Amino acid sequence: MLEIKNLQVKLEEEDKQILKGVDLKVGAGEVHAIMGPNGSGKSTLSYVLSGRDGYEVTGGEATLDGEDLLDLEPEERAALGLFLAFQYPVEIPGVGNMTFLRTAVNAQRKAKGEDEMSAADFLKFIRERAKALKIDADMLKRPVNVGFSGGEKKRNEILQMAVLEPKMCILDETDSGLDVDAMKLVAEGVNALRTEGRGFLVITHYQRLLDHIKPDVVHIMSNGKIVKTGGPELALEVENNGYAEFLDTEEA
Amino acid sequence: MALPKVKQTATEERLAAMSLPEAPGWTGPARDAAVARVGAMGLPGRRDEYWKFTRPDTLVQAEAPRAATFEGGDEAPTFDGIDRLKVVFVDGVFDEAASDDLALEGLKIERLAEAQKSDLHWARDVYGRLEERGQSPVDRPLAALNTAFATDGILIHVSGKVTKPVHFVYHHKSETSDAMLHHCVKLEEGAELTVLESGPAAARFNNVMEVEVADTARFAHIRTQGRDHERRAATHIFTRLGTESTFKSFTMTANGVMTRNECVIELTGDDAVAHVAGAALGDGDFHHDDTVFITHDAVNCESRQVFKKVLRNGATGVFQGKILVKAGAQKTDGYQISQSLLLDGDSQFLAKPELEIYADDVACSHGSTSGAIDETALFYLRSRGVPTQQATDLLTLAFLAEAVDEIDDEALREEIVDRLRGWLERRRG
Repeated sequence: MLEIKNLQVKLEEEDKQILKGVDLKVGAGEVHAIMGPNGSGKSTLSYVLSGRDGYEVTGGEATLDGEDLLDLEPEERAALGLFLAFQYPVEIPGVGNMTFLRTAVNAQRKAKGEDEMSAADFLKFIRERAKALKIDADMLKRPVNVGFSGGEKKRNEILQMAVLEPKMCILDETDSGLDVDAMKLVAEGVNALRTEGRGFLVITHYQRLLDHIKPDVVHIMSNGKIVKTGGPELALEVENNGYAEFLDTEEA
Repeated sequence: MALPKVKQTATEERLAAMSLPEAPGWTGPARDAAVARVGAMGLPGRRDEYWKFTRPDTLVQAEAPRAATFEGGDEAPTFDGIDRLKVVFVDGVFDEAASDDLALEGLKIERLAEAQKSDLHWARDVYGRLEERGQSPVDRPLAALNTAFATDGILIHVSGKVTKPVHFVYHHKSETSDAMLHHCVKLEEGAELTVLESGPAAARFNNVMEVEVADTARFAHIRTQGRDHERRAATHIFTRLGTESTFKSFTMTANGVMTRNECVIELTGDDAVAHVAGAALGDGDFHHDDTVFITHDAVNCESRQVFKKVLRNGATGVFQGKILVKAGAQKTDGYQISQSLLLDGDSQFLAKPELEIYADDVACSHGSTSGAIDETALFYLRSRGVPTQQATDLLTLAFLAEAVDEIDDEALREEIVDRLRGWLERRRG
């Protein structure tokens, strides 16, 4: 599914190398977690994969089911089945959440050569998905993320994931800004979407999210590289001992 | 004070090219007084402070500049799906065959050209009167010129709550037409009416609407100015509001090399509400000017100005908006926002927001911004699979939403949104 080989990335505007050769392979049905200290390049990896401006790939490659991601526009990557749940979901005043969701779903259907969903069909579909995530109808009527609480914003990300049905989901610090109850709710939403055909890359600073979304593989990232890969026990090790022992010699 | 020579000459030339109706009836005195006002003020000149951002030349010159007509393509006629009373003008000339019968329960409606055949008329208290009140403290000579020489228009006296809107439909079929229409609306206590206007009207259009809103009456106005690009228009709305009355006006402008829309509002009764809003879209040599003057002269009134412009490829947007709060107008709630979305580096937005407050217990806020599409929001949409162009359109409509939301009626609001979306999708039609 998602395959990243020796990915090297620098900031476009300054001569600063952020990713220094990342290798990663997430198979269908697997949940991988990337942990690491602040500034290790975790979020950059998620942005580069989803196609945000401001980064320059200086080497390596990233493919989704064999298709080169890095040459594609963000919307083309989305249509291929890549989804990024934002660390800071964006507020869009003036665009209703329902309109936003329907526009996204129909744009992807169109890209895949499928018929667009009618307003009535979509309403039925979205209500069902929202209910499963305990999202009340009021949140669908409001402008995208405007005035949403931290928990509502993150649940809205998961709702988008649920309606867009991506193959590969990247969750960028989805636990940030959430209290325990909100985090549980979000994790439940994610777990409900775990299927055999879908891969997850969960980026997090803390282990606590991984208590709720159980990973198959845990990677530790430091200074732009994956420095250690292991099972779920690796996350517990970090929780107990911190990141110090994993840090790259340059940093230590 | 004597007028500068250039201005005096221009004014004289224009006046010489105009002719008063042969039998003006009860409008006679108002027309004569307006001619005198124009002579004293002089027509707008390039050096006038009030015309600093908009060159008045083509609106002032004796002959209307030629303007190609335009076919709307497959776009349905504006407000076609709305049940309304239609009054049609072609190049400023009433088209009886295309119009509905001028009859509607709860109001009396007549053409100015017909009504002025008599010596007495209710509109005598409105025609040219509100325009004249609006001449202070700023001169609006093109409005006075209209009062003097308007060839026709619609007079509506509203006594009941009328749900069916009256729609002025303006067609532009001659490349050289120069139309001047003058409408008067008088709403009696508790009366209600919506007036719709649509279309380019003429190669050059000078339009005045005077609206007298009595206590507790409600008036709504929704206008689209037509997609003809070469047409020119100078429009004025003058309104005076009584106690607990409401006035709401929204204008959509797409294309047009020269549009100046002035709105002059006087809140004279306590607890009155006045909202005026506009959404304008244009590119290239598009020039669009919203000029608003709101006078608060009563207690606890609310006024709101919401103007949004989307500008592309060197287009120019202008906003001049003033709130004047007189000494006794305590508890005034005034809000003014003017914003432009510049879709490239060539376009410009010139804004002059002004507040002048003589009362000490008021809340007035104003803001003016110019900016590009929010890149973060754009990426967010694209990451969800929405192509760049579609995402940009969605964000552009979102930018315009605050102005469009000033339209209370849902069907009318949706029609306007569809038209705005259509314009964006056509990328200049």
